[in-house]
Amino acid sequence: MEPIIRVTHLSKTYASGFRALKDIDLEIRRGEIFALLGPNGAGKTTLIGTICGIVTPSAGTILVDGRDVLREYRATRSLIGLVPQELTTEAFESVWDNVTFSRGLFGKPPDPAHLEKVLRDLSLWDRKDSKIVTLSGGMKRRLLIAKALAHEPQVLFLDEPTAGVDVELRRDMWALVRALRAGGVTIILTTHYIDEAEEMADRVGVINKGEIVLVEDKVELMRKLGRKQLTLHLAQPLERVPPALAAYRLELANRGSDLIYTYEERDRAGISALLNDLAAAGIRYRDLHTTQSSLEDIFVGLVSERR
Amino acid sequence: MNVYAILAIYRHEMERTRRTIMQSVISPVISTSLYFIVFGAAIGERIQQVEGVSYGAFIVPGLIMLSLLTQSISNASFAIYFPKFTGTIYELLSAPVSYFEVVLSYVGAAATKSILLGLIILATAGLFVPLRVEHPVWMLLFLVLTAATFSLFGFIIGVWADGFEKLQLIPLLFVTPLTFLGGSFYSIHMLPPFWRAVSLFNPVVYLVSGFRWSFYGLADVSVAVSLAMILVFLAASLAVVAWIFRTGYRLKT
Repeated sequence: MEPIIRVTHLSKTYASGFRALKDIDLEIRRGEIFALLGPNGAGKTTLIGTICGIVTPSAGTILVDGRDVLREYRATRSLIGLVPQELTTEAFESVWDNVTFSRGLFGKPPDPAHLEKVLRDLSLWDRKDSKIVTLSGGMKRRLLIAKALAHEPQVLFLDEPTAGVDVELRRDMWALVRALRAGGVTIILTTHYIDEAEEMADRVGVINKGEIVLVEDKVELMRKLGRKQLTLHLAQPLERVPPALAAYRLELANRGSDLIYTYEERDRAGISALLNDLAAAGIRYRDLHTTQSSLEDIFVGLVSERR
Repeated sequence: MNVYAILAIYRHEMERTRRTIMQSVISPVISTSLYFIVFGAAIGERIQQVEGVSYGAFIVPGLIMLSLLTQSISNASFAIYFPKFTGTIYELLSAPVSYFEVVLSYVGAAATKSILLGLIILATAGLFVPLRVEHPVWMLLFLVLTAATFSLFGFIIGVWADGFEKLQLIPLLFVTPLTFLGGSFYSIHMLPPFWRAVSLFNPVVYLVSGFRWSFYGLADVSVAVSLAMILVFLAASLAVVAWIFRTGYRLKT
């Protein structure tokens, strides 16, 4: 299937000479949730800005639904909704007037029923007549999402959508994003919260210093790069790992009380062999547990490798 | 043409005027009325007629023009500067609207506000001084053209400004003095020849002269020249706005 967004050889160099994006190639599939991860200043917001029309690319092409974002900007922009990182809203306008404005701005005829649904979904309906200045930070964040959804976009960019919101609201937003995806909306999400990407994304892209470092299916990524550790809490502490177990490259921790075996996902069969060899060596354990590296560990590893 | 977007921006701007009616409408009407009271009813009683028109009535076109220029610039510059300042400009830049539609809606709203204000001031002036409008169609034409031109100029200032101080700089340092020295309170024929010649370099002279002619048939310069000057300024402003949008100057990075 044709990707909903295709970015080819995209570069952006600012007037200061700073190269924010370097020869980016990226495809976003229809209907997926794509998480774009990267440290501060990596180029996430610039990349979104070029696709949405806020930043002018220096080179390369961007197609949205097969159309060029520069030549056919009317068609491409009407497909996109953008929730910016900053809480940038009007102050003295009412919530209702503000979302009505957004819908009109994107060329859609008035549809109060749709706007009501959006505001209800975002728990803002009771505040529809309130001035925006009276809303809490979380409500303003939801209002920005409502504005982006007012014109029924097919692609939604969420730039750090849950920055500064409480846990409950964060969960609500995740549920909303899933519901949007279920309705056919493609979601591109930038976040600093790795658990957010881990929780929601179908695919993950990592950008660092203006370059796409990796794009991978999230589950596949965690399978390929994710490390597992088996920790055995020993009945008796060991001073050193017996030579018979050297092949497993075990580590001792907690003053010899814990024995740690690090293995790749595909080496799972090694666990039973290890346990047999431990029994043969007369090493007994009280308890054991396994841990898996998180997307955050993977992300930190990828970014630090390239520093 | 994205008509819904044009209407959305236009309504948004007009609604802002409604919310700030004290500042947008009542305040300029009161301050202009004070001129009528002071120069028309009080001092004007002791000043002889100017070319057959009472002094109070003579200054009405100039005062309307003063409000029209300052309010057109202020409305349009604030309208585009404020989204830049607050960051809400992202929505405009990411919307499927052409530059022409953006300018039409913002400048249209700013011009509408200042035209309404000009008409309110005209009606208010009628309470204080005897008024007549000999060429009402021309009066409206001058009103609309001047409002549109200076709203465009204000739009340019709003895009250019990167702080509130700059937003006020040109209106306060250039537009208001040029208006006061542009024949609002006198005919340039009353000046010594040297200063009369200098005044001809002041573009506001042509605006006030043409506008006053539409009221009383009195003009400091030919009406055709006045009209031509407005059209030249309109064309120059349009050219600058077109350049701003072509290059993304201070709007896009």
